[in-house]
Amino acid sequence: MNQRLRLPSWNVLGLLPAQLIMLLTLIIPVGIIILVSFSTRGPYGGFDYVFTTAPYKQILFNEGWSGELEFNPQYLIVVARTVILSLATTIICLALSFPVAYFISLQKTSAKMLLIYLVTLPFWVSMIVRVYSWIIILGNDGVIAKALRALGITNNIGSLLFTDTAMLIGLVYSYIPLMILPVFASIEKLDPALVEASHDLYGSRLTTLRRVILPLCRPGMVAGAILVFVPCLGAVLEPVLLGGGKTMMMGNLIQLQFGAARNWPLGAAISIVLMCAVMIFLLWRGIHAMRKEGRENGA
Amino acid sequence: MNMSRPAPQKKAVEIKDVSKAFGNFQALKPVSFDIYENEFFTLLGPSGCGKTTLLRMIAGFEQPSTGEIALRGTNIQSLPPHKRRVNTVFQSYALFPHMTLEQNVAFGLENLGWPKERRTARVTDMLRLVHMEKFASRKPQQLSGGQRQRIALARALAPEPEVLLLDEPLSALDLKLRQAMRDELRTLQRQTGITFVFVTHDQEEALDMSDRICVLGDGEIQQLGTPTDIYEEPSNRFVADFIGETNFLDAEVISLDGDRATVSIPLGVTLNAPQKRATVGGKAVMSIRPEKISLPSQDGQIATEGTIVGANYLGGYTHYVVDAKGTVLRVSKRNSRSRDRTLEVGQSVRLSFAAESARILGT
Repeated sequence: MNQRLRLPSWNVLGLLPAQLIMLLTLIIPVGIIILVSFSTRGPYGGFDYVFTTAPYKQILFNEGWSGELEFNPQYLIVVARTVILSLATTIICLALSFPVAYFISLQKTSAKMLLIYLVTLPFWVSMIVRVYSWIIILGNDGVIAKALRALGITNNIGSLLFTDTAMLIGLVYSYIPLMILPVFASIEKLDPALVEASHDLYGSRLTTLRRVILPLCRPGMVAGAILVFVPCLGAVLEPVLLGGGKTMMMGNLIQLQFGAARNWPLGAAISIVLMCAVMIFLLWRGIHAMRKEGRENGA
Repeated sequence: MNMSRPAPQKKAVEIKDVSKAFGNFQALKPVSFDIYENEFFTLLGPSGCGKTTLLRMIAGFEQPSTGEIALRGTNIQSLPPHKRRVNTVFQSYALFPHMTLEQNVAFGLENLGWPKERRTARVTDMLRLVHMEKFASRKPQQLSGGQRQRIALARALAPEPEVLLLDEPLSALDLKLRQAMRDELRTLQRQTGITFVFVTHDQEEALDMSDRICVLGDGEIQQLGTPTDIYEEPSNRFVADFIGETNFLDAEVISLDGDRATVSIPLGVTLNAPQKRATVGGKAVMSIRPEKISLPSQDGQIATEGTIVGANYLGGYTHYVVDAKGTVLRVSKRNSRSRDRTLEVGQSVRLSFAAESARILGT
């Protein structure tokens, strides 16, 4: 009993290093970003500590010469594109991951280990290199174009690179391992007897997939969807390298504000909006999951 | 118990020369037997004897390496599990955790395309049959082991299968519940009239519930018969040893006369008893069940002197271990009167058995 009472204080002490790291690398920097987002743009880039909400207004409005606000959808279009591309990436990743993960789960243990290792292999190579390789594949003088030309199918396939499609391919390629791993984990956890029970109760393969396997793998799919969707929203490399900076996503829009545009407060404001959107989304998911759990455990 | 079975019996399942090999491992040597309609049929054997493999082949989860399986006269060899009118109660129950009990029970009916009204009625009936109607909208994880077991039964019985397969369904329950479920299973079989094929490694369970038992060992059939046949007339040493308790005494076969043999046993006596597979000069054992030995001895039986070396009082029975001229015999004695005096360890006793109760088994 005594020991149990003493435990909490030890827990707090034990967590101190982690809390310190969180404070230094997460809480304080986010604080700074919030501070910057409410600051005035400096005359030569950077920012001055003069409170203003202008950066947030700037996301949606243009300020005319006489100070009147004029609705400006240009950033909203970027937001919409980002959300659509992220959603598309998530859906494509889901559709591709499930068969892959299921296939891996059917293999012998040794083959399974090897295949999972192969799935995680790209992580060992720098993200920039991986995304860059798609330029070589999709470019005007790239592998696909050359192959088509060599086969005499077409001489001019138009540009594959620097399009939304190119960005989408890059995003799917970059984030699909984050989907395969949790989906694989949930398939592995699936009791094979449940699949047999479904077949036994006259469930065809399709019925079994739809009514037993997919619902039971939902937690893994939801986890994978979050792991893919959230970083997609903030993706920078894919829009910069594969979108050519022509079509923007929120990630490179923010990067642009801190770089060439020299508008740190606007960049910070967009960052905060993005972060809040993600937090609201995750919070909603969390509450939803907790409610569901409560429903299932409550009598 | 077997008198009520109608004759002639229709065959529910026919197993013809079915064997199964996994790689180089022969899990089941070719076996053939029939399971009749409305029968409680048990596949009994130690783990690894091939009984679960056999069950899974009837369900369609495994393909036989040789031979064929027919269900009500139709070869089902090429049918996938979902096209066989056979349902399984799994050892782990395998209830769908994301569905309510109602949905679990309705699952098979939906796949068979039963209209909604008929389905709902059937689900209600089934839940009532297993006394779980109050829990219809619960999820499996909110149930105890025994309740899950009942739902697994209801789910498997709902689609009116031609044969119900039960894969050690009682092994996950505690002793008391297991005994209660035995009666329930037996009753359920009688009520529904569905053929039950029950797999177990528990000989007591098998004797208690079955119409017929198929004893499997080392991947082959050791004996197939009614519980009485199997207990009283074991066909070999494996069966005598696996079913119930018995004493084995080395026996030297002096002469054979059809299904009887004259043997001499280490107690220094010669007796004539029913035999199976014994050969003159060949190795044989005499099997005598502990409850068939009389203590003290009775007139007209084969008697011997002995010393009590162990006594375990078990309430209804007392189990004695007796050293009879160097041969250790286990004796089970019913405590038929209140406070029957137990015999003391070290006491000298006279015990006896009838030659008709002994069985000579060739090895």
